[in-house]
Amino acid sequence: MSKVDQSGAATDALVGGERRRRVRARRGVPLPLLVPGVLALAFLVLPLVALLVRAPWHGLPEQLTSAEVWQALQLSLLSATAATAVCLVLGVPLAWLLARTRFPGRGFVRALVTLPLVLPPVVGGVALLLALGRNGVIGKWLDAWFGITLPFTTTGVVVAEAFVAMPFLVISVEGTLRAADPRFEEAATTLGASRFTAFRRVTLPLIAPGIAAGAVLAWARALGEFGATITFAGNFPGRTQTMPLAVYLALQNDPEAAIALSLVLLAVSIAVLAGLRDRWLTTS
Amino acid sequence: MTDIDDTTDRLTKGVNGAGLDARLVVERGSFRLDVPLTAAPGDVVALLGPNGAGKTTALRALAGLVPLAGGHLRLDGAALERTPPDSRPVGVVFQDYLLFPHLSALDNVAFGPRCQGATKAQARAEAAAWLDRMGLTEQAGAKPRRLSGGQAQRVALARALATHPRLLLLDEPLAALDARTRLEVRAQLRRHLAEFEAVAVLVTHDPLDAMVLADRLVVIEDGQVVQEGSPSDIARHPRTDYIARLVGLNLYRGQAAGHAVRLDAGPSITTTEDLSGPAFVAFPPSAVTLYRDRPTGSSARNLWRCRIAGLEIHGDQIRADLTGELPLAADVTTVAAADLDLQAGAAVWATVKATQTHAYPA
Repeated sequence: MSKVDQSGAATDALVGGERRRRVRARRGVPLPLLVPGVLALAFLVLPLVALLVRAPWHGLPEQLTSAEVWQALQLSLLSATAATAVCLVLGVPLAWLLARTRFPGRGFVRALVTLPLVLPPVVGGVALLLALGRNGVIGKWLDAWFGITLPFTTTGVVVAEAFVAMPFLVISVEGTLRAADPRFEEAATTLGASRFTAFRRVTLPLIAPGIAAGAVLAWARALGEFGATITFAGNFPGRTQTMPLAVYLALQNDPEAAIALSLVLLAVSIAVLAGLRDRWLTTS
Repeated sequence: MTDIDDTTDRLTKGVNGAGLDARLVVERGSFRLDVPLTAAPGDVVALLGPNGAGKTTALRALAGLVPLAGGHLRLDGAALERTPPDSRPVGVVFQDYLLFPHLSALDNVAFGPRCQGATKAQARAEAAAWLDRMGLTEQAGAKPRRLSGGQAQRVALARALATHPRLLLLDEPLAALDARTRLEVRAQLRRHLAEFEAVAVLVTHDPLDAMVLADRLVVIEDGQVVQEGSPSDIARHPRTDYIARLVGLNLYRGQAAGHAVRLDAGPSITTTEDLSGPAFVAFPPSAVTLYRDRPTGSSARNLWRCRIAGLEIHGDQIRADLTGELPLAADVTTVAAADLDLQAGAAVWATVKATQTHAYPA
C-alpha cells in the first residue's frame, strides 16, 4: 500500500518536473527563431490588414450590389463548385488507384498527378488550349463529332479550374487512404462484399473527412484560379469572368471596386476556414 | 496411430466430401508455408505456433486474402483455390476484430447478409437475432468504439457467423483482451464454437486458448506442421522444444535402450518405459528436486550437476533455469528456494525420479 503511495508521489514529482522544464523551455525561445518567425507572421497578416484599412467602407454597399460583381461572384461560386464536383467524381477513384493498387510506373503516375500543383497555371491554360482548344489534339474531334467547344465558355472555366484543383484533392484523399487501414476492406470482402462494395460502404465513409478536406481545398483553389482560366476561357463578363479576373480588371480601371471584390473573396475564404475548423473539430 | 486415424478421416471425407480438405502452399520471399489441413464439420482445429511460423498466413490463404502458390483447397467438396474471397463461404474473426467504426453493432452484423442480397430489413432482422444469441441486444445501436473488448469480440463473431459460413476462421480471437475478460470470453467462445456446425479453424500462440477451444491442434513451426493431434496427446507427448516449453515440460531426444535413453547431448535418463531406438523423454519442472550438496540417501536414478542460470517467479513457485550436464527447468517452492539459498550462478544437484519421466518413440 505504502509502496503504491510512494510511487504515486514519485510520478507526481516527475510530472511537476516535466511542467517546470516545459515552462523553462518556453522562456528560452532562441532569438534566431523568434525574430524570423514573428516577421513571417507579420508578412502574412499585414497585406490583409492593409486591404481592410484601405477598403472604401462608405461606397462598399453600392460597389457590392452592382450587377457585374454579382455576376462574377455567382459565376465563381458556380464554376468552383462544378469544378470540385468534377474533381470528386474523377479524383477520388484516381486516389484509390494510387493508394490501393500496384501497377508498373505508379510513382511516375503520381508525379504526373502532382505536376499541375507546381506548374504555373498560365502554362496549364496553354496546355489545355492545345489539348481541348478548337484545333487542339482532342478538341478538334470534340468539335467535329459532338459540336462541343470548350475554350471561352463557362464549361471551359470549370475545366480550367478542375485541372488546377484536382491534384489538391487527389493528394489529400490518397494520403487519407494510405492512413486508413486497408484491412477493413479485407474484412468487408470476407463478408461477401465485392471490392467496389467494400470501397463504397466501408472505405468511403471511413475516409469521408479526408475527402471533405480535399474537396474544400480544391474548391478554394478553384475559386481563386486566375492564370489557367484567363488563358483557356478568356475574360467575358457573365460567361467566363470569375471574381479573380474581375478583381484584376477592376484594379486597372476602378481600384476601389477591386478592393471591394477582394474583400468579398477574403470574406469567403475566412468563412471556408471557419466552417472547416468546426467540421474538422467534430470529425476528429 | 494418429496417421492411420487421419487416413481414415480423409477417406471418409473423400466419400461424402463434407468439411475441409486443404494443402496450403504459400511462398513469400524465402519463406515457404506448406501446411496440410483437414477437418470434418463440427471440428474446431487450432493452428498453434510461435510468431512468424505462418499461422496467420495459412488463415489468410484459407480466406482467399493470400493466393495459393500450390496445393489445394476444398470445402464441402467444392474447389475454392480460384474463388475470390467475397465468394467463399468463409467467415473471419480478425485479431483486432476490424469492426467497421462508422456502423453500429447491428449494421456491422447486417453487413454480410446485405452483401449476400438480403434486403435491409431482412439483414437487420437477422443481425438482431445474432446479437440476441450473443447476449448483445442492448448494444445493437452502439458504435464499435463504445463496446468493451469482450462485446466487440462477440459482435465480430456474430458478424462472421451471420454469413452462414461453412468455414469459420478466427485469428488470435482472445489476444486483444485483458486477462480477466479473456477468461470469460474464452468460455463463451467455446460454447459458440461447440454450437457451430461447420469447420472452425483458429490461430493462436497461446496453448491454453488452443487446448480449451480446439478438439485438435496443428502445431506449425517455420511454415511446416511439426505435430498434430488432440490437445491432451500433444500436451503429454511434445515433439519439439517449442511445444514442450508451451506445455511446460522438459523435453529431450535420444536413443532408447531398455529403461535408459541416452541423450544426443550426453547424459542418459532412466525411465520406466521399455523402449528401443529414437525416443523422446519428457518430465515436468515440478518433478525435479534440487539439492545444494550431492544427495546420498536419495533413490533417484537421475542425478545431474547443474548451475542456476536464472530464476523467475512462476505462480506461487520459483522456476529455476538450469544449465550444466543437462539443461532443464525446475520448479521449487519459495520456501525451498530460500532454504537452498538459490541464486543465479549457484551450483546445485538436480534429481528426477524415473517414475516421473515419460518416454515415447520419436
